[in-house]
Amino acid sequence: MAGAGGGNDIQWCFSQVKGAIDDDVAEADIISTVEFNHSGELLATGDKGGRVVIFQQEQENKIQSHSRGEYNVYSTFQSHEPEFDYLKSLEIEEKINKIRWLPQKNAAQFLLSTNDKTIKLWKISERDKRPEGYNLKEEDGRYRDPTTVTTLRVPVFRPMDLMVEASPRRIFANAHTYHINSISINSDYETYLSADDLRINLWHLEITDRSFNIVDIKPANMEELTEVITAAEFHPNSCNTFVYSSSKGTIRLCDMRASALCDRHSKLFEEPEDPSNRSFFSEIISSISDVKFSHSGRYMMTRDYLSVKIWDLNMENRPVETYQVHEYLRSKLCSLYENDCIFDKFECCWNGSDSVVMTGSYNNFFRMFDRNTKRDITLEASRENNKPRTVLKPRKVCASGKRKKDEISVDSLDFNKKILHTAWHPKENIIAVATTNNLYIFQDKVN
Amino acid sequence: MSQKQEEENPAEETGEEKQDTQEKGILPERAEEAKLKAKYPSLGQKPGGSDFLMKRLQKGQKYFDSGDYNMAKAKMKNKQLPSAGPDKNLVTGDHIPTPQDLPQRKSSLVTSKLAGGQVE
Repeated sequence: MAGAGGGNDIQWCFSQVKGAIDDDVAEADIISTVEFNHSGELLATGDKGGRVVIFQQEQENKIQSHSRGEYNVYSTFQSHEPEFDYLKSLEIEEKINKIRWLPQKNAAQFLLSTNDKTIKLWKISERDKRPEGYNLKEEDGRYRDPTTVTTLRVPVFRPMDLMVEASPRRIFANAHTYHINSISINSDYETYLSADDLRINLWHLEITDRSFNIVDIKPANMEELTEVITAAEFHPNSCNTFVYSSSKGTIRLCDMRASALCDRHSKLFEEPEDPSNRSFFSEIISSISDVKFSHSGRYMMTRDYLSVKIWDLNMENRPVETYQVHEYLRSKLCSLYENDCIFDKFECCWNGSDSVVMTGSYNNFFRMFDRNTKRDITLEASRENNKPRTVLKPRKVCASGKRKKDEISVDSLDFNKKILHTAWHPKENIIAVATTNNLYIFQDKVN
Repeated sequence: MSQKQEEENPAEETGEEKQDTQEKGILPERAEEAKLKAKYPSLGQKPGGSDFLMKRLQKGQKYFDSGDYNMAKAKMKNKQLPSAGPDKNLVTGDHIPTPQDLPQRKSSLVTSKLAGGQVE
């Protein structure tokens, strides 16, 4: 994929980095989700402090076509606040777990953002004109005494500096007992699903006071609980189909036409495991942290602790492709269990043509796998490569034995520097990579 | 370009590594398991079972129940309430959260640093 030059190999270059430079990271600044909108013009991030920041790609400068437009701040707002459930004595974090964009229907943009308990539909609209010349109001807003009005005028719209406003249009609350991990908008653009550890609900975007429960895996006796839902997504084209993944490494595909409550799956995707290979860690590392359909809808990708798997929806008994993200961690599982890193939830994403997949790792490394050439590359999100159009140098981790120059040994990896969230522009080779509190944007080299 | 030298032939390397992984793949995992069991002999037999999941379901739950708190205070009389250890986030056993244990409700009105005019 990288640097051999020629052909279709992509050379990734640093483009921009957003966020504070200092190492002392405030908890609120921890980035918790990154998502491009359907055109790729807008890039949204959510953080642990409940804030959303939206970046907009500036129009390409036709004269200077050495790079694509930069992403600059377009809007920022407080999406969720910390709450306290007094009935259950439960604190509800304001951390934004997921953001999903709606396809654009009119001048305004809409997105869904969710924390552990409440989903909100936000409208982001531009205002570049304002009315002036009211008869009963002064320009500063004070009301005039009607008896002092001697002539009438027609108020007119005058241009003003662009203002981008975000307003909550719908609040979908009180439908989840457990913590929401996923939201996914249906291809019908009218409904969406929200999934927590044990249940999945179906909502209509217009209706906030009710939702339909479509999956419920809560056992009658909680002592019998053996698995939880870890992620869920609607199929990109079939409005009746969705999948959900579990902590046991399985994915279930459900068809909403089959029954109202989709507790019985239509398909169960599971890779058989050799029982003699089982260890204490097996189940934990098989837990799926993310599931994403390909744009085509033919495949889906899952991320577990050590690998990325591509599944053909027509074949349930094993994935068609498996890519090792950081196999060298297998001999570190004990310490990764002790420092809780083994429970880190990495996400994964497809490129626009479904030919390359990407996911994050530790030490601010991220990995890409080209499905056609079978080549993979490891890159690093670091301020050391700060110059725009500097081609990123591939990184290599030395698992054991002699460490070559420029390689990094497993023991030197910084496990506090995790890249959990990455996003790929729907059409171009532009990627957004989130480190703990910084957002990096990389582009392929444009000659 | 210089990058070519640093990259080994991916096909060869994957082949060798793959074989290695399959042979030794499970041994490192088992070795790690043995290490863990040596450190924590009481670790349950069913690793993926209820314990993990219940902990996950209760993620982030820190609660202050005034009823519990006052009952405990009354029982304890002059004695100290069992208070949180260094890790205030874990509420375990007899520990009843006290108002001091709860994290400060922070003001969330600060603008994100991503939106600030930082160096790019």
